[in-house]
Amino acid sequence: MTILVIAEHDHQQLKAATLNTVAAAARIGGDIHVLVAGSNCQAAAQEAATLNGVSTVKVADAAHYQSQTAENLTALVMANAAGYSHILAPATTFGKNLAPRIAALLDVAQISEITGVESADTFVRPIYAGNALATVKSADQTKVITVRTTAFDTVNRENAAKIESIAAANDTAQSTLTHRELTKSERPELGAAKIIVSGGRGLGSGENYHKLLEPLADKLGAALGASRAAVDAGFVPNDYQVGQTGKIVAPQLYIAVGISGAIQHLAGMKESKVIVAINKDPDAPIFQVADYGLVGDLFEVVPQLVGAVG
Amino acid sequence: MKILVPVKRVVDYNVKVRVKADGTGVDLANVKMSMNPFDEIAIEEAVRLKEAGIATEVIAVSCGVAACQETLRTAMAIGADRGILVDCGDTEIQPLAVAKLLKALCDKEQPQLVICGKQAIDDDANQTGQMLAALQGWPQATFASKVVIAGGKATVTREIDGGLETLEINLPAVVSTDLRLNEPRYATLPNIMKAKKKPLDTVKPAELGVDVTPRLSTLKVAEPARRSPGIRVADVAELVNKLKNEAKVI
Ligand SMILES: Cc1cc2nc3c(=O)[nH]c(=O)nc-3n(C[C@H](O)[C@H](O)[C@H](O)COP(=O)(O)OP(=O)(O)OC[C@H]3O[C@@H](n4cnc5c(N)ncnc54)[C@H](O)[C@@H]3O)c2cc1C
Ligand SMILES: Nc1ncnc2c1ncn2[C@@H]1O[C@H](COP(=O)(O)O)[C@@H](O)[C@H]1O
Repeated sequence: MTILVIAEHDHQQLKAATLNTVAAAARIGGDIHVLVAGSNCQAAAQEAATLNGVSTVKVADAAHYQSQTAENLTALVMANAAGYSHILAPATTFGKNLAPRIAALLDVAQISEITGVESADTFVRPIYAGNALATVKSADQTKVITVRTTAFDTVNRENAAKIESIAAANDTAQSTLTHRELTKSERPELGAAKIIVSGGRGLGSGENYHKLLEPLADKLGAALGASRAAVDAGFVPNDYQVGQTGKIVAPQLYIAVGISGAIQHLAGMKESKVIVAINKDPDAPIFQVADYGLVGDLFEVVPQLVGAVG
Repeated sequence: MKILVPVKRVVDYNVKVRVKADGTGVDLANVKMSMNPFDEIAIEEAVRLKEAGIATEVIAVSCGVAACQETLRTAMAIGADRGILVDCGDTEIQPLAVAKLLKALCDKEQPQLVICGKQAIDDDANQTGQMLAALQGWPQATFASKVVIAGGKATVTREIDGGLETLEINLPAVVSTDLRLNEPRYATLPNIMKAKKKPLDTVKPAELGVDVTPRLSTLKVAEPARRSPGIRVADVAELVNKLKNEAKVI
């Protein structure tokens, strides 16, 4: 059994999600290869070789892998798919965009966002916004899987796997990246943060969101998150959204401020170790999942909290 | 150009589903069903493209039980011109099978654009559009928050983990919708009435030459572990004390 993990990276560094995905591969068992497809991506390939459990890193270095389009990456994976029992990618926007495309061309099902490995062909995955957990068994020759990163710890980096160059596939030239606007932040990434301060519609405006929550996040070294309502209202960019259809997070501490706790939001954060809810409505559903609930006006409570921590 | 929009009938997003006691699935008896919210956004986008004179026809397609006709009528009330039900009876239809059915319909109808939802809120798969694009050999732009069609190309802004990116893709193509693409209109009563008279065809998977046999079998469906009930704190001082000394997270 040999597993191919498709690395997510920015050509220099691996994304942390790749390390969780290798951990899931190790749970399945067998030989683990990592594919690094990029442009001037030797640094990322070298980092992949340090990941525990990996035997071989395959590197395809070509200019047309710069923008990581699903069309070009799929062509490359298809040219190299023979012999792999499993193909894994993280369940990030990168992996979700890519994995189904590969599965369809292999004529196999794709198994989305696994949170558990029962055996080499049987996996656990949440459905209905995490209100149910399905155990599914695949009858296909190759299992194409995306991995929910919060369900698997990252692997350590004490390895020296061999690195092999592989030929790039042709440029499909079907898709051109014309612009990329990444949110710049000194704060930790939402997916990797130990503490998240998250704000909802209750904050009332983008100005309030920043004025109230940034000092708290600064004090706690936290990442900032948001509900869909806060993103839709333009308080913060789209990549702050936590939930069923946004980011799935599981930090040590999640502080929900002015968030009601709709099932779609809970789906994204209820695996957090400790949840704090600050809401003026004592009946808000967020209190049903909160370890510590504080009923009060966030405009009074949050500044007090900033004063009391640290 | 024609636009094809796949619409799925799913449990309404306000319903909190319950797992059946025997662990075979979730209880869908007497539960409100609606169009998958991302598919409403997809229909709205297609209808706007028609209103802008860019699309000539919007075709809604739903695969599943006969009751998917209601979902198609909703799509037509928003503004789709006609509907196609792929009647699969009670067979569970997984994303790969849907993609193959849609491929057969694309071969027949020759749309220049397929706009689907990014994710069905029941299976949370997030696969069908990408699979269809692969089977057709078409480019894809998933998680769209803005779509501009001009000169045989689509320029699509996508919501990605780090922020936003813009892709220019050749047509025909598949686009999948994210929440911020548009705000779907409410269907007015006159439009609901009009939708009843719009054409709705029914085909069977076999007529499209597609084998829809599921590839994944569900062995069990379980309830997730429940969080143990928390406590209410009286004030900020108590909260900080608990976080420091009890939970030890700050
Ligand atoms: C297809 C689909 C996908 C979705 N995906 C997601 C998702 O991924 N993530 C997500 O978050 N949502 C998602 N949603 C939306 C979700 O259903 C809710 O609408 C949303 O989470 C509500 O956001 P909110 O809690 O900020 O706003 P509200 O529900 O309006 O809650 C605001 C809260 O703030 C409190 N408040 C107001 N003023 C104060 C004050 N001064 N002090 C203290 N508290 C105050 C109120 O009591 C209230 O509880 C999705 C919906 C659909 C249909
Ligand atoms: N049975 C179905 N009938 C019509 N469209 C579907 C069906 N299943 C999935 N789709 C489309 O594919 C999208 C993604 O679904 P999924 O891959 O199941 O998450 C949905 O938003 C629909 O647009």
